[in-house]
Amino acid sequence: MSRSGPVAAYGPILAVALLLAMLPVATSANTILNSMVMALLIALAGQGWNILGGYGGQFSFGHAVFFGTGAYVTALLQARFGVNAYVAFAAGIAAGAMVGTILGYLSFRSGLRGSYFALVTLAFAEVFRILANATAFTGGAAGTLVKLDVRPENFQFSSRAVFFWIALGLVTAVMLGVRFMERSRFGAWLVAVRENEDAARALGVDTLKVKIQAITLSAGVTAAAGGFYVQYFLFIDANLAYGTWISIEALLVPIVGGLGTVFGPLIGAVALHGLAEATKAIAGRIPGIDLALYGSLLVLAIAFAPNGLQGLMAKIGRGLSFGRAP
Amino acid sequence: MSGPLLSVEGASKRFGGLLAVDGASFTVERGSITGLIGPNGAGKTTLFTLVAGFETLTAGTVCFKGDDLGRMPPHERAKRGITRTFQIVQPFAGLTVRENIAVGAHLRHAARGEALARAEAVAKRVGLGDRLDQPASGLTVAGRKRLELARALATEPTLLLLDEVLAGLNPSEVRDIVPVIREIRDGGVTILMVEHVMQAVMSLCDRVFVLAQGRIIAQGTPTEVTRDPAVVEAYLGHGAAARLASREVARG
Ligand SMILES: Nc1ncnc2c1ncn2[C@@H]1O[C@H](COP(=O)(O)OP(=O)(O)OP(=O)(O)O)[C@@H](O)[C@H]1O
Ligand SMILES: [Mg+2]
Repeated sequence: MSRSGPVAAYGPILAVALLLAMLPVATSANTILNSMVMALLIALAGQGWNILGGYGGQFSFGHAVFFGTGAYVTALLQARFGVNAYVAFAAGIAAGAMVGTILGYLSFRSGLRGSYFALVTLAFAEVFRILANATAFTGGAAGTLVKLDVRPENFQFSSRAVFFWIALGLVTAVMLGVRFMERSRFGAWLVAVRENEDAARALGVDTLKVKIQAITLSAGVTAAAGGFYVQYFLFIDANLAYGTWISIEALLVPIVGGLGTVFGPLIGAVALHGLAEATKAIAGRIPGIDLALYGSLLVLAIAFAPNGLQGLMAKIGRGLSFGRAP
Repeated sequence: MSGPLLSVEGASKRFGGLLAVDGASFTVERGSITGLIGPNGAGKTTLFTLVAGFETLTAGTVCFKGDDLGRMPPHERAKRGITRTFQIVQPFAGLTVRENIAVGAHLRHAARGEALARAEAVAKRVGLGDRLDQPASGLTVAGRKRLELARALATEPTLLLLDEVLAGLNPSEVRDIVPVIREIRDGGVTILMVEHVMQAVMSLCDRVFVLAQGRIIAQGTPTEVTRDPAVVEAYLGHGAAARLASREVARG
């Protein structure tokens, strides 16, 4: 895998991206495009989680803190200071990454691991949610609106297809970046930290630094999803930004799709959202049905497909080829 | 440069009420294979963790190439040239043999391709060349010990700390790996090894230090220390040396 050439490494990502990019040509149905944009947004947030959780083995339960920071900074810079949308979006990513660095420094320096780390991230997200909900600057419980002014230079588009392509572009860029990371020294060190921290230290890996770098990257990517969310809906409030929904989705999609793999989050997000839409169509709008569904899926994934859908597909593929062998 | 490569002076380590290492002093000469032996629980592994920087000294100093390492963390010591292996092997279980060794090689080679190529070369040196693409979790005990050795070797250490790399191996596996260790030394790596397999200690070590209850109680060539009454007593209990001696007198 890590020895293969660049075509084998990056080709499939570009091929999948090109294929998906045809979707708006195939359909102009807003509901489908809308649902795909959401799936891509979750794939992006989930890929952020995957960098730290899937590759680094540090399971966060509070990636909302990065998503929300990206979202609020993107929204507030525009709404309060009239900053250009793209600049605000970039600043949102930077701010999210910075929160990641700080959170990482505080928790990893004090040696937090496993469920302790997960709980601290959860607590951080909750504190941010409560603060955002109570502060006038963030619009309090009423939230913050970004002024509707549909122009490309404002990162606002009348066409859903354009948002779809931008989301796809972001997801693709990050997937390429993650593949690059996989094939780099940093990637090798990060995986070593996941597999065995003591062994990594003995081999000269500065595990604290690697973990802080990983959470910074991870946070930046998830913050990008938050910033994109704001441009898409032109609105944010504390529960959307820092609520547990996004923390859960961000960890669910890579676990369902394939932990520590480039395609995992995208596969997981498309599968989950496809399923959620299908249940909505069949079961109607029973409150909480999607959460119940996610919960059962998570249990099933952990019980029967510990390597996610990607691992399951590979296993089935191997099974079929074995079956054909004499 | 003159002076020993490693010199440990008055090293002590306290775990709560237990003084695991108690004022131990010893040196490792450049280019040597130095042995550290002693009964179970003597503090050998603890002494390794102090040299490698995994634990901090309660008292004493560890000097490498003449510099006091103080509280330098393990990864920086590895960069300086000190790499340890673990008595209880610590493979990256989810990775292949090649990927495991490449993590070590990355210490001095940033490029992925270079690290993987180095990993392959090192694997061949320790006899893992035919298992490069196997997952580490699938290796036998002997395979895991070799992997532990290979990964450490891939960091291109000046001083290699081997903590019982022969434990759990059968005699033929021991015979296979002893020359590998000698070749590593001949390649310019200084080795400090903790070992219970006396046959290997006798054939490999230039100099041996004996640790008992946290203290260095004897030192010398392997033959000298095994004849030392204090060493016999440490292993077999108080009065053992005298009993053995009187038995020999009686027999002779
Ligand atoms: N982290 C620790 N906390 C508390 N006690 C410890 C710790 N590490 C080692 N000890 C104790 O220190 C003593 C020395 O242990 P150590 O592992 O260094 O011995 P050893 O010489 O390597 O023994 P063996 O030959 O069995 O490997 C033992 O009594 C052990 O229980
Ligand atoms: Mg030991």
